Amino acid sequence: MSYYFTILSPTDVPLFNIAFGTSKSGGDGIARFRFPDTAQYMNQFIIHSSLDMVEEAQWMNGNMYLKHIDTYPPASAYISAFLTPSGARFLLLHQPPHAAGPNANAGGSGGGGGGGIGGGSSILGGSFAAGSSAARASASSIAANPTSPQTEEAVRQFMAEVYENYVKTVMNPFYRQGMEIRSAVFRSRVTAAGRKWL
Amino acid sequence: MSSTTKASRIGEELWKTRVDKVNAELVTLTYGTIVAQLCQDYDGNYQEVNKQLEKMGYNIGMRLIEDFLAKSNVGRCANFRETADMISKVGFRIFLNIAPTVTNWTSDNNQFSLVFDENPLADFVELPDDGRAQDELWFSNILCGVLRGALEMVQMQIEAHFVSDVLRGDDTTEMRVSLVRYIEDEMPPEEE
Repeated sequence: MSYYFTILSPTDVPLFNIAFGTSKSGGDGIARFRFPDTAQYMNQFIIHSSLDMVEEAQWMNGNMYLKHIDTYPPASAYISAFLTPSGARFLLLHQPPHAAGPNANAGGSGGGGGGGIGGGSSILGGSFAAGSSAARASASSIAANPTSPQTEEAVRQFMAEVYENYVKTVMNPFYRQGMEIRSAVFRSRVTAAGRKWL
Repeated sequence: MSSTTKASRIGEELWKTRVDKVNAELVTLTYGTIVAQLCQDYDGNYQEVNKQLEKMGYNIGMRLIEDFLAKSNVGRCANFRETADMISKVGFRIFLNIAPTVTNWTSDNNQFSLVFDENPLADFVELPDDGRAQDELWFSNILCGVLRGALEMVQMQIEAHFVSDVLRGDDTTEMRVSLVRYIEDEMPPEEE
């Protein structure tokens, strides 16, 4: 599973982004997206395109964690969102490893309709993948089931931890509201949260 | 040693009974804003920011000693070691609810270090990463001024400066305090 995490200000200015891979089930924490290295902007493209969905979903209930809100089947990219009360958006794109085999696809479709479509297209996606992360993750791991309740829970924990650190970061007197987050401490904490939960 | 434990008892007691508490974030954010604003006003001239913070602290210290003595009702310290305990165990306790460790005395008992395990002024703070703040800015420099101002009002001329700060990536936050001299009562300059 590869992740791309981004924080957007209430006015859609990107404040922070990071790409990382899973550390669960023997993952090495390195992101392996299905796009060639020259096309990493696809992550940003997909994640930003989900903003309409976020804006639609944000008034539906009072939760800050909006769960899985959008899927981009051609790349089998799943997007989860978290809103802070001040309107900053945390978006997490997760993409299961394309070569996870039929087990993963079955697991994905078990999780919901979106998973089925994603599973089918991952074969298509595999055609332009660079490198292979092989079937490292088992079907039961969160990596292979982007829409399962376990995954939702893991993402929720991750978001909560990032939120906690985000609050500390914006409390820094040298941080101006709406400024890009350059803090190395924050970055390392997000990395640690990713390693812990995802 | 007994003066140390006595001082900490006084400090604890005062903290519980005589001190009005305010929200820690209020203090932290207010102080942080002041420092950030100074950095902006002096255009990143951190030496100047340190100097201004020290001066602000000096002015605070000169009044704060009055409040301190009124609250604590302690008498004159017999020696500088006792003064150090008073500062750490009573002064810092009632104003910031911390008690920095007094250590590293010189053999002539005129210099010591205050090691801060925690520093409420610097919660949440990360110094700007412009490559200079880490080497030049003493974020909590106001405390040096406070000590200088307060002790000056009780006939002690001291010099205080930070030697390390966890904000800069050091292991500890340490302030060095040295006694310059006891100010003898001086006649006011001749008036006519």
